[in-house]
Amino acid sequence: MLLPRRRFLSFAALGAGAFWVSPRMALAAVETERRFVFIIQRGAADGLNIVSPYADPAYASLRGALAIDPAKAIKLDGTFALHPSLVQIGQMYAQHQALFVHAVASPYRDRSHFDGQHVLETGGTAPYQVGDGWLNRLVAMLPRARDEAIAFASTVPMALRGAADVTSYAPSALPQPSDDLLLRVGQLYAGDGQLGPLWNAALAARGLAGGASARQDPASLGKLAAGFLAKPQGPRIAMIETGGWDTHTGQDGRLSAQLKALDMMVAALRDGLGPVWAQTTVLVATEFGRTAAANGTGGTDHGTGSAAMLIGGAVRGGRVVADWPGLSAANLYENRDLRPTAGLDAVIAGAAAEGLGLDPDQVGRRLFAQGGGRPVTGLVT
Amino acid sequence: MSTLPLSPAAIALNRFGLGVRPGDALPDDPKHWLHAQFDRFDEKPAVFAALADAGALLQNYQDQQRAARQMVPVTLPHPPAAPTLSAIPRPAGLQPPTASGAAPSPNAMRAAIRQDFGQDAQALYRAAIQARMQSALQTDAPFVERMVHFWSNHFCVSADNTQTTAFVGAFERDAIRPHVLGRFEDMLIAVEQHPAMLIYLNQINSAGPNSPFALGVARRNPAKRPGLNENLGREIMELHTLGVRSGYSQTDVTEFSRALTGWSVGGALAGGRRDATSPDTFFFRAPLHEPGTRTIVGKTYDQPDDGQARAALVDFAAAPATATHVATKLARHFAGDAPPPALVARLAASYTRHRGSLPELYRTLIASPEPWVRTPQKFKTPWEWTVSALRGLGRTDLGQMQVAGMLGQLGQPVWKPGSPAGYDDIAASWAAPDALLRRVELAQRLVAPIGDRLDARDLGPRLIPASFSPATADQVGKAESPGAALALLLVSPDFLRR
Repeated sequence: MLLPRRRFLSFAALGAGAFWVSPRMALAAVETERRFVFIIQRGAADGLNIVSPYADPAYASLRGALAIDPAKAIKLDGTFALHPSLVQIGQMYAQHQALFVHAVASPYRDRSHFDGQHVLETGGTAPYQVGDGWLNRLVAMLPRARDEAIAFASTVPMALRGAADVTSYAPSALPQPSDDLLLRVGQLYAGDGQLGPLWNAALAARGLAGGASARQDPASLGKLAAGFLAKPQGPRIAMIETGGWDTHTGQDGRLSAQLKALDMMVAALRDGLGPVWAQTTVLVATEFGRTAAANGTGGTDHGTGSAAMLIGGAVRGGRVVADWPGLSAANLYENRDLRPTAGLDAVIAGAAAEGLGLDPDQVGRRLFAQGGGRPVTGLVT
Repeated sequence: MSTLPLSPAAIALNRFGLGVRPGDALPDDPKHWLHAQFDRFDEKPAVFAALADAGALLQNYQDQQRAARQMVPVTLPHPPAAPTLSAIPRPAGLQPPTASGAAPSPNAMRAAIRQDFGQDAQALYRAAIQARMQSALQTDAPFVERMVHFWSNHFCVSADNTQTTAFVGAFERDAIRPHVLGRFEDMLIAVEQHPAMLIYLNQINSAGPNSPFALGVARRNPAKRPGLNENLGREIMELHTLGVRSGYSQTDVTEFSRALTGWSVGGALAGGRRDATSPDTFFFRAPLHEPGTRTIVGKTYDQPDDGQARAALVDFAAAPATATHVATKLARHFAGDAPPPALVARLAASYTRHRGSLPELYRTLIASPEPWVRTPQKFKTPWEWTVSALRGLGRTDLGQMQVAGMLGQLGQPVWKPGSPAGYDDIAASWAAPDALLRRVELAQRLVAPIGDRLDARDLGPRLIPASFSPATADQVGKAESPGAALALLLVSPDFLRR
């Protein structure tokens, strides 16, 4: 059996045989009391097994042994059931704090992870058409509490790259440099247009982190993100990267482990945010879905439509939003994939706008000017 | 900030090479210095030859597992129908505990064997990383050595599972190094037939839906009929050769993936039997191969057996899209994050004219003006920075220093980008706030054993010949200690870029 292949940096977990890939976070500070968190699932998460359409007559036969047993899954409504690993998120659904959008896709219609993620993160309609990230443009739409925003990971993911300052933070196991060295480095970088701002941002983030734990497991990362987001002077926008969703083989065990980790991280985020959770919107999305049918090796190949999640105290949850296209052969996209009937851009625009108290149409135009469609509203209070 | 234009020697040593060592003589003729390296590149340095054999490690693991299986009936689910190198149903941590005093259960025994294999694979991975760094410190052909790192990242396998972890060092040593001064096509075939790649991108699991093997399984149990896995086929076209958006379709990917069926490794077969082949060699499993003629990017392939996919690979290597793809990445590596179109066109033309000859490609690169622009064009990746820092400090052996851990802390674990696309080669992916702090932290640690044996004020102008910036020289001169001055030199703007 092969473990997940698309992983992101895992400094602490280097060599640890964990299924879950150490996620990386990036945060941005803005003047609002509301919080917006984007969790990206890199590698094309299998929406059809995360939110399975158990009532669709074609589902069980397409998936064969990979089909999720409805008896073991968490029933969401008469059509859909949630993967059994998502216990806590299932409870949030019952408390009307989680909703799922199904048969959703970005404008990207080919099957390259790297192009698909670029479109998802930049908000373009084609790869490499837009040079900055939609989350960065969202940061720029909010009144700024200070000059800089913050990033949680050594580096900044595409969705957060752009004109608005975004810093980065990840717990380090290396010894702290001497004050003299820090001071001189600061002087050396002061005249450098690229290094100067990065350096100031790094020192600010370290200051905000205080004595944060260096642990990298999902619950610790959820707690760490919550620690930043809960601070009155802290950032309001966060991005968390997860990898390992590319389940070409051995999908059953791998997807279960991935989802369990996601479930733990979201629960830790909720618990750590305390009362702030009521003002929080978490978006979970992937670059595209996976084939409707199982492949020949106990997994699924690259597909099109998938499922997205909105979770948080501010979400009008307890429902699955889907214009279900059906999985019969005639309804599949290119005879192989779940046909997208909802635009991910429109969902993101609506959720981000309502989640942060902005005008949805304005956000839609700024984030997805190339044709995100009319923002889907009413998802968040 | 006051800066000086980079000297041609500084560009040759730092942008083309891996960084200056304190004792290195300055090249009088930088271009000749680069060309001369083609003759003195050591394809198989002693440090690599000394590595343990990944194939033997895997073979030993498979033998032990088989012995454990044969001892007692196994209650675990059946291994998947398609041949896999091993059937590992769940992580060791999930095995039920053994009652104290009782004989270990078969499951516990297999878990222990698996755990040993995991530890051996990790040890081999770390040793291979040490060897890679050692070679980068000692080489007399730093430009060619840089090209090894470049191609290894282009054709990357990521150490994300135990078997790939065991093989990844051997992959660079056996599939990349021998071809770095050869032809692209030969490197391509060596790469796609290497066990590390066949395992990493699931090719060993793929079976033709109408292959004798699949039909046989389907006769016994129609629900378990094996089939295609497109993973390797897609990434060969998208990442290794033609490049994404170069005109091929999903149908082409599927057709090529069908042609690839049967490409596998030797060693264990389904059901625990074993043939005479070894798990560290390419092996064509004819019963898995999808019968019939394939049409891939408008061309028909009717070759028998593994010759079919091989013929497609040869055509991919010769395609203009591949020339452009390779030229773009090479230009980006030496002439800036936004590769100059004229350089890309010149490199692509050289690639095509010389039928993928890599030395000719490098000659065209060296002869071009764009890589010799006298301002820094690249922000060093963590790997490049660490190599140049250790070279700059005069390290020739690593002692107790653990390279795997250092690069992990810097955010670029060696041979582990987590994706078959490899690591990015642009500043936006590496120049970030926390990443800078990490380099400062590590610089302080790297200089600690040096003490005052190196004077940063002398070293600076040697590492950045005839171009060391006065601003950096000024700050280095004012540092509180020799160590702090050296650390400052390593994280200076001059040294972070090439």
